[in-house]
Amino acid sequence: MGRYFLKRLLSLTLSLVVASVVIFVAIEVVPGDPASYMLGINAQPDTVAALRQELGLDVAAVPRYFNWISGLVRGDFGTSYTYRTPVADMIGERMWVSLPLALFALTLSTLIAFPAGILAATRRGSIWDVMVMGITQLGIAIPNFWFAMLMVLVFAINLRWFSAGGFPGWDTGLLVGLKALLLPAISLALPQASILARVMRSALLDTLDEDFIRTARAKGLSVGQTLRRHALRNAMIPVLTIIGLQFSFLLAGAIIIENVFFLPGLGRLVFQSISQRDLIVVESVVMLLVFAVVVVNFAVDMAYGAVDPRLRGRS
Amino acid sequence: MVDQPMQQEHAPGGWLRAALSSRNLLLGLALSLVFVGAALLSFLWTPFDVTKLDIPNKLMTPSATHWFGTDHFGRDIFSMIMVGARTSIAVALVAVSIGMALGVPLGLAAAARSGGWLDEIIMRANDLVFAFPALLIAIMITAIFGPSALNAIIAIGIFNVPVFARITRGSALALWGRDYVLSARVSGKGAVRISAEHILPNIANLLIVQGTIQFSLGILAEAGLSYVGLGAQPPIPSWGRMLADSQTMISFAPHLAMFPGFSILFTVLGLNLMGDGLRDIFDPRIRRGRG
Repeated sequence: MGRYFLKRLLSLTLSLVVASVVIFVAIEVVPGDPASYMLGINAQPDTVAALRQELGLDVAAVPRYFNWISGLVRGDFGTSYTYRTPVADMIGERMWVSLPLALFALTLSTLIAFPAGILAATRRGSIWDVMVMGITQLGIAIPNFWFAMLMVLVFAINLRWFSAGGFPGWDTGLLVGLKALLLPAISLALPQASILARVMRSALLDTLDEDFIRTARAKGLSVGQTLRRHALRNAMIPVLTIIGLQFSFLLAGAIIIENVFFLPGLGRLVFQSISQRDLIVVESVVMLLVFAVVVVNFAVDMAYGAVDPRLRGRS
Repeated sequence: MVDQPMQQEHAPGGWLRAALSSRNLLLGLALSLVFVGAALLSFLWTPFDVTKLDIPNKLMTPSATHWFGTDHFGRDIFSMIMVGARTSIAVALVAVSIGMALGVPLGLAAAARSGGWLDEIIMRANDLVFAFPALLIAIMITAIFGPSALNAIIAIGIFNVPVFARITRGSALALWGRDYVLSARVSGKGAVRISAEHILPNIANLLIVQGTIQFSLGILAEAGLSYVGLGAQPPIPSWGRMLADSQTMISFAPHLAMFPGFSILFTVLGLNLMGDGLRDIFDPRIRRGRG
């Protein structure tokens, strides 16, 4: 297990280093100087030079990369070109919308997908199976931001059960906050739940055909006991893989869904920053999201070991 | 999740029979053809000119003249859907082609040098690209070069590369151990020739199925990017853009949001059904309802 962990950790660190270089180089080749952009076309060259110095843009690329990275490690993401406030504070505020939204959606997706997948697999060929497969086929094909708009039309505009957008903040209460995130979370979760239910069904069907399931049944275990103790545990590997991959889709998808519901999350921040050419914010948010994706996939790799002890021995 | 090459058990005539008896494939093909047909037809004819504004007739509900109604500028929605199909299909198709053109050779090379440094570099580079969801790539590209349909194509295309590299490597690896590959090696063929002459033809089916799936994902991604303004720019009609425009008017003109939304849904559904149907035909093992 120790070697497996170390090898994965090394791979994680390497991925992050390369990703940071890619992001830095990509944003560095941007045509146009942020300082000139901020000061407008009539700015004096010495004013631009002073601002460049203040923003740290006069330093050569390599030391600037290391400044950026050492800042990131210390939690110092630099200063926004546009708002002149620390990027870390801007991200911190918005993270409290985007992260709960992605986790809420992931929870919903799992809560919907597991029962649906298990139902379809254990009643293979039945009307339940056909229904689950049909609904998930639609769920995969529907664009989630359109589904979100339809939900706003039905539940916010017509029925008036929810507000059509915006976020009141967590200080108004947990339930109020969760209520504001419910429609966005459902729209994010629907396609992912559909994929996950299909993977669950397919993995479970494979497992249910195995000899050890027959043995378990022959030993006298009930269908439920066999499922819980043997089938589900063995079907979990592909399911966990997909859950890990989905987290990155949920984070990225949240960027679009935040725009449908006007949620003040990282997604809105990125789009505002792009239009204002506040590239240091774009750079930091993208790096943060990539960091989250890489770390979650690392956690999934570690979870394999917990679910399937056979994998611990392999390195 | 398929890492085995697909079995080819059909006689040449059997393919057609299997295709004609697959409900998924026929329905998927029909749906896809409707939209591909609409896109192609839009080059020659649309009921109205999509660039012509007709403010007096704005926000009209569907009627005999305007089958899908008109938008807030009085433009004919049916015509816009036809031209929008062109944008969606073109972006997704080129993006899948980029993914295949780069991903398949990389996957073949990784499999041919399995366990070597080339394999390691290719697979780690793939892991890296996987850490950037298509939307993040698009955001970076847009931050640098500004939004356009071309940048959407590049973003979705880059995202497709590791998908094809991975699936090619997985299935090619399984083939490298086969007897016929061994005999080709004994006869003195190099890795490149074996990959091109023996491996590639045997994994082509799998790549076609994956291509269909990536095509449908590409349509969804293009719609999402256009919706947030990172894709095709006005005046080029695109389904995602139409949805974005309709959002503020959804309470009094919901038809504006219905037609582009259903167009995306049905196109993606059609391609997915087609992918499922093709997979069932190519791989008889999963025809038992595993899909």
